[in-house]
Amino acid sequence: MAAVQDGQMELDAEKETKPEILSDGTSNLSGNTASGTLSSSPLTAAPAGGAPKMEDQQTLIAVLQFLKRNKLTDSVEILRREAGLGEDQEDSQATDGSGGGKGDVDGGDANSLLSRVSITSAAAPQSMPVKRADDQPDVSVVLSAYSQQGDPSLYQVYYSGLKNFIESVLDCHRAELSQLFYPLFVHMYLELVYNNHENEAKAFFEKFSGDQECYYQDDLRVLCGLTKKEHLKGNEVLLDFRTSRFVLRISRDSYQLLKRHLQERHNNQIWNIIQEHLYIDIFDGMPRSKSQIDSMSGSLAGEGRRELNKAKVFHGLLKEPEIEVPLDDEDDEAENEEGKPKKKKTKKDSLGSKSKKQDPNAPQQNRIPLPELKDSDKLDKIMYMKESTKRIRLGPENLPSICFYTLLNAYQGLTAVDFTDDSSLLAGGFADSTVRVWSVTPKKLRKVKSAADLNMIDKESDDVLERIMDEKTASESKILYGHSGPVYGVSFSPDRNYLLSSSEDGTVRLWSLLTFTCLVGYKGHNYPVWDTQFSPFGYYFVSGGHDRVARLWATDHYQPLRIFAGHLADVTCTCTRFHPNSNYVATGSTDRTIRLWDVLNGNCVRIFTGHKGPIHSLAFSPNGKFLASGSTDGRVLLWDIGHGLMIGELKGHTDTIYSLKFSRDGEILASGSMDNTVRLWNSMKAFDEVETDDFTATTGHIHLPDNSQELLLGTYHSKSTPVTHLHFTRRNLLLAAGAYNSQ
Amino acid sequence: HQSSTGREERRFAEVPRESIKLMAESTGVELSEEVAALLAEDVCYRLREATQNSSQFMRHAKRRKLSVEDFNRALRWSNTETVCGYGAQDALPFRPLKEGELFFVEDREINLVELALATNIPKGCAETMVRVHVSYLDGKGNLEPQGTVPTAVQSLSEDLLKYYQQITRAILGEDPHLMKVKSVSHDLDQLNRLLHMVKSLVQNPYLYLGSYVRSLVSSVMYCILEPLAASINPLNDHWTLRDYAALLLSHIFWTHGDLVSGLYHQILLSLQKVLSDPVRPLCSHYGAVVGLHALGWKAVERVLYPHLPAYWANLQAVLDDYSVSNAQVKADGHKVYGAILVAVERCLKMKALSLTLAAEGSSAGLPGTTTGAVGFRENSPGLSPPPEPLSEPPLGIASHLQAGGAGCQWEEWTPVSLPAMYCELYSFFGDSLAVRFSTDPPLGGAPPPGPCQPLEGRKEPASSAPNLENTRKMPQLTASMNISPRQDGSPRMEPQPPSLAATVPGRSLSRSSSSSSVSRSRSSSSRPGRSTSQSRDIFPKSRFPLPQAGPPAFSFIIGGRQMGRRCQGRRFQTSFTPTPPLTTLPPRAYAHKLPVIGRVSKPVRRWTCSHYSLHLPL
Repeated sequence: MAAVQDGQMELDAEKETKPEILSDGTSNLSGNTASGTLSSSPLTAAPAGGAPKMEDQQTLIAVLQFLKRNKLTDSVEILRREAGLGEDQEDSQATDGSGGGKGDVDGGDANSLLSRVSITSAAAPQSMPVKRADDQPDVSVVLSAYSQQGDPSLYQVYYSGLKNFIESVLDCHRAELSQLFYPLFVHMYLELVYNNHENEAKAFFEKFSGDQECYYQDDLRVLCGLTKKEHLKGNEVLLDFRTSRFVLRISRDSYQLLKRHLQERHNNQIWNIIQEHLYIDIFDGMPRSKSQIDSMSGSLAGEGRRELNKAKVFHGLLKEPEIEVPLDDEDDEAENEEGKPKKKKTKKDSLGSKSKKQDPNAPQQNRIPLPELKDSDKLDKIMYMKESTKRIRLGPENLPSICFYTLLNAYQGLTAVDFTDDSSLLAGGFADSTVRVWSVTPKKLRKVKSAADLNMIDKESDDVLERIMDEKTASESKILYGHSGPVYGVSFSPDRNYLLSSSEDGTVRLWSLLTFTCLVGYKGHNYPVWDTQFSPFGYYFVSGGHDRVARLWATDHYQPLRIFAGHLADVTCTCTRFHPNSNYVATGSTDRTIRLWDVLNGNCVRIFTGHKGPIHSLAFSPNGKFLASGSTDGRVLLWDIGHGLMIGELKGHTDTIYSLKFSRDGEILASGSMDNTVRLWNSMKAFDEVETDDFTATTGHIHLPDNSQELLLGTYHSKSTPVTHLHFTRRNLLLAAGAYNSQ
Repeated sequence: HQSSTGREERRFAEVPRESIKLMAESTGVELSEEVAALLAEDVCYRLREATQNSSQFMRHAKRRKLSVEDFNRALRWSNTETVCGYGAQDALPFRPLKEGELFFVEDREINLVELALATNIPKGCAETMVRVHVSYLDGKGNLEPQGTVPTAVQSLSEDLLKYYQQITRAILGEDPHLMKVKSVSHDLDQLNRLLHMVKSLVQNPYLYLGSYVRSLVSSVMYCILEPLAASINPLNDHWTLRDYAALLLSHIFWTHGDLVSGLYHQILLSLQKVLSDPVRPLCSHYGAVVGLHALGWKAVERVLYPHLPAYWANLQAVLDDYSVSNAQVKADGHKVYGAILVAVERCLKMKALSLTLAAEGSSAGLPGTTTGAVGFRENSPGLSPPPEPLSEPPLGIASHLQAGGAGCQWEEWTPVSLPAMYCELYSFFGDSLAVRFSTDPPLGGAPPPGPCQPLEGRKEPASSAPNLENTRKMPQLTASMNISPRQDGSPRMEPQPPSLAATVPGRSLSRSSSSSSVSRSRSSSSRPGRSTSQSRDIFPKSRFPLPQAGPPAFSFIIGGRQMGRRCQGRRFQTSFTPTPPLTTLPPRAYAHKLPVIGRVSKPVRRWTCSHYSLHLPL
């Protein structure tokens, strides 16, 4: 543990936090106030702060009720006192839970347990009465919402009535209203199942399942197997479907049309479902076209709410540190380095003045406490700068060379690969629970000498770092044993001293690459951990697993610092990535959404929907503005983080995309897939072509040009080797890795 | 799980309640109908749930195939006991039992003792390693997609492409180098595989090969004619490969020949070229001969027969070189000799047959072709040689041959009368030809006795036919006895010594005299040991009745060589001295051994036996 890099965390009282984020009552901000480091207690502790706004009050009331019910009277007292709530207030609020008129602007949608205490969707002009039961996070109560029994035989009539209506409306509205089909279908089916109308449910499914969009097939397959109330209880996916609201984005005109229809027909069954289980996000303006809707839909929980994606995200890069670069033969320009608090030793040289001005979109340098640079880190930075001066400028006419690292004889099954930033080491995670590390340079891997031997060396000598290494242990590769299940994720620390691995056994392990032993096993995920990644500055890392949460850890804490909960699907975070400025974490999930989390306060600040299959790869562009994601449907989607919008779709792969990487300058996006190809995309063009004016439109949706073929710069086949990992060297040589598949 | 029946209903398999009841009974629980039904439904659901969960594990392991291990992990994480014993990587065959609706996973018994004491201990898996190579330089590099189909097949339709991929996967396995025949000429097994692939392609009635026939033919021709790398090692049985390829060639030709115009012509030309090229190794010549033979007697008559005199000199030179260094070449020479013999024999027989059939057909009003075609169909397993028409090969091709083959040698070829041909051939092969004629069993038992009679009548062997029956069971030497009557007849038919023989008489005379002394001494020394007194009579008979049809010694020597049949005869003339036990062996058993010696590695297939009398025991 001593090896854990633990720089002094600087205290900083000046936390710049935007009020709208702070105001979210569901997040735990206790870490901000007293100390500068991130709170080391999980965020899911009881909320302790937050302005008592209307919606927060509601949340508090829900908590109070929960505490009361569990006979935690002391806690009730304390909470009530601290929040300044009167008892009467609570009662009155509780009895008629009518929502505050403001709507849940703050994006406290579902990122903690409490968010399930749904706040009424008052963004709609009609303030809908909220059922008392809806205030309860309790599962059985949620399910009991289904207890309202309509005549089961009429469900088909209701549904087909709505169907006929939607099919008869004007074309411009039809596409929008068609979005209703899927959630209504699922809810009605579940209602039938819940009320034990098995045969009616089956008939209902038979009749209408064919109408649903093809990208819901996977869900429908799960659904059709479910015909018993008992099964409903155990199925977490559907439980989540119940407890979260399906978000639809509909223009006001279309919505009025729908409402009028339902009221005329007295179609209460459907109206109830819409009110209780759907969140209709209404916007003014032109209804969207079918293609626009299709590009955004497909996730398990509908689209992301528009308001949610409006939270400010500091997607700029941190200021580069001013490091004195020895001016030797090369013209060492100050590179766009990530910033650190200025070192006292750093001399301000002539290049210092050249360093760029602070990016207006960048977060405060110390918004997240970051470890100090060590001398070795600075040496590495210098190396990095030297290398980057030799970097090849890539472009459509100047494509990178590709080196393929093929893992031969990987009978045990290669599951994950990572390269160090300087491309000197390669780590592979295998299904036989081992992690293997190879040196891909002539320099062999060596262990540190034993303690007894270390005592004998001269600690004052200049080459002490060389002397501590044991030449006898030099070899090209080392095997790390420790996990008890397949290793699904590996990640090198930026300083190349550590390696993280996450495994099916529910642990994340930290390995020392000096001793090649396991240092820490982080236990927190109770289920398989699908992925883990170090922060670009080290120290922090994030992991995501089968338990539907992502966790943020620091290497020197055995408990997670943050728990990012909110993904709906049975598994989250098949891929977790740090933003280049380390302030944000992106996670992809099998619920077909991508979420961007603020490391500082644990909020979900972006939800990106549009993928039609589980997401298996993510990549931030080097400038931090864009995100690329790849999924099992073989498509790569490009997102603008600042505006929270999809800006591109890259079609071409025929199988799951397991790897995405931007070139060092961000001109080229490389994608590697199960279909044994690497494809290069002109990301510069994709980003440039987006008209930023579109973003300012209130509707917040854009029309995507179908220009995949123009953007595709090349398709490169491997020799029956699925591409597991891609990496650009500092000079923009593309490295790909995968295991040869003899079948 | 073992008794669960897979039945497709809606989108997923269901476990019927009968299975549930059965399993309950096996554990001693009696279930009512409703309980079983409920349980069955629940089991179905749970199975599907577990399967869905397990797909997560598959995806994260970056595999396409769901493994039992994935399923077990899903079970483990839902706190369910895992299913043990199915961890094998290979697919387990799920078999139905005919009696009763029972399905089970095949579980073969493994002999542990054998496994433990096995000498070929499997090596452990090779170490996992990383290899790097530059795939694409500057994004250009090798733009031809690797690992995909070569350009030649890219123009195929999608279905054919799939078919192609299936085939390549099935045949080539993991070895993409097999794409080119030449690259594997060292590996007979792979060539064999390739030929079998060609065979199955040709036999696929649903596949229209079109112009691809040409490329198929070229690769088969390669196998027939080229001096393969594998031929260097005498232990490699490339002969069988050539035989098979030749057979395949004729099959392709007879079934698909009409697809490519001039194919017959081309094949004949290339075969002829090889044959007339003395620089080519003998194995190529052998290939050419068997190729011609496989293409039918007409081809033999047209190409091989005119070439024979010229070729014979070369062959004879090889055969008569007794030096040790020449042993291997000589063995090859014997192969060629045998092949020519068979081809010629067949040619003669067919010619005779066709003549008689023509005569008969005219009288009976039956086209000879059909009779012949029917008569010569062989019902052999595997690749049956196509029915060989007695007349010219299919009209279109034949006419093309006539028209397009300007300047070709066979253009000037005029049919030689059967007797003349026989005489000429006899001058080369001597008694051995006659031996074959008389002793060869009727091909496939097909030639009807009717047609045979005139043939024999013409050559006057009829009188020997009764003897034949008795003598066939006699040891080898007795076989030549049957020849003698015929020899008496043949000179009469043959007014002149063959004209071609005149070009080499001096040489052959001198040669034969020199070699005859050797062989005679050998054979005379061996004869007392192994032959009966009866057989001693044969030789004078066979020697003397040919006073003017060439030097008597000539035929005698060949006949003497034939004692041991081809290579075998050569061998014991040069290297072994015959051992007395040989005679005590029953003739059949001895004859059985013969082909085995010649062909080392492969057992002779039945069809080859039936077709090539080369491999027939006497």
